[in-house]
Amino acid sequence: MPESYYQLMEKIQAVDFVLVDLTLYLDTHPDDLEAIKQFNQKAYESKQLKAEFENQFGPLLQYGLSYSNYPWNWKDAPWPWQV
Amino acid sequence: MWVYEKKLQYPVKVSTCNPRLAKYLIEQYGGADGELSAALRYLNQRYTIPDKVVGLLNDIGTEEFAHLEMIATLIYKLTKDATPAQLEEAGLGAYYVNHDQALYYQNAAGSPWTATYIQAKGDPIADLYEDIAAEEKARATYQWIIDLSDDPFLNDSLKFLREREIVHSQRFHEAVEILKEERDRKKIF
Repeated sequence: MPESYYQLMEKIQAVDFVLVDLTLYLDTHPDDLEAIKQFNQKAYESKQLKAEFENQFGPLLQYGLSYSNYPWNWKDAPWPWQV
Repeated sequence: MWVYEKKLQYPVKVSTCNPRLAKYLIEQYGGADGELSAALRYLNQRYTIPDKVVGLLNDIGTEEFAHLEMIATLIYKLTKDATPAQLEEAGLGAYYVNHDQALYYQNAAGSPWTATYIQAKGDPIADLYEDIAAEEKARATYQWIIDLSDDPFLNDSLKFLREREIVHSQRFHEAVEILKEERDRKKIF
């Protein structure tokens, strides 16, 4: 895969990691307003980055959470363990 | 339901084909304190845990499947180019006879995964203390594998996973405190 695949993927992984960690934190600290603001900001950033990634490299999400090109490209390699 | 995302939680690279390290790492795939055990333990306990901590079990259980996928990717990358002779030399001759290059849920000593590794006691404090213990055992296991590994890329991924065990353990400790607080409040009124 081109270098840009790895660079953009790593940006997504970084933002999504913040989202995973904040999710667990908020599960036990549900009243932390600053954390919720950060969560919503990162959720927005994640969506922007994924739209950019999907334009170049195809859908990231299954079952209709990403749109498909023609022909159907969800099933196309590479899968995450192949890169 | 779950939705698959075509990405790993954290970048996974290995320096070189190394079936010896794969043989150890499989402990975290199908071992007692591995990622499969963790995912199935939490997602199964969540049905009978009090509402206040269901979300945490649900979300940590889901993250464990992302970790399982990282471990699978590491094992796959460490073994995919190995010849049968190299596998045999690494102590994986019997594994090769049984599975070729396929992944299998077993521990480092070759015992297949079993549901006896996990418990669901129904008592929320008992279940959460098991979860804390499981995270600490998984953290220790990651450390022992790192100690045996000379692959800096593999160790980078394993250190990420080791840190996640610590965070999960801390969150489970908080869940215990949340339940104790609720229990004590009920006594007052």
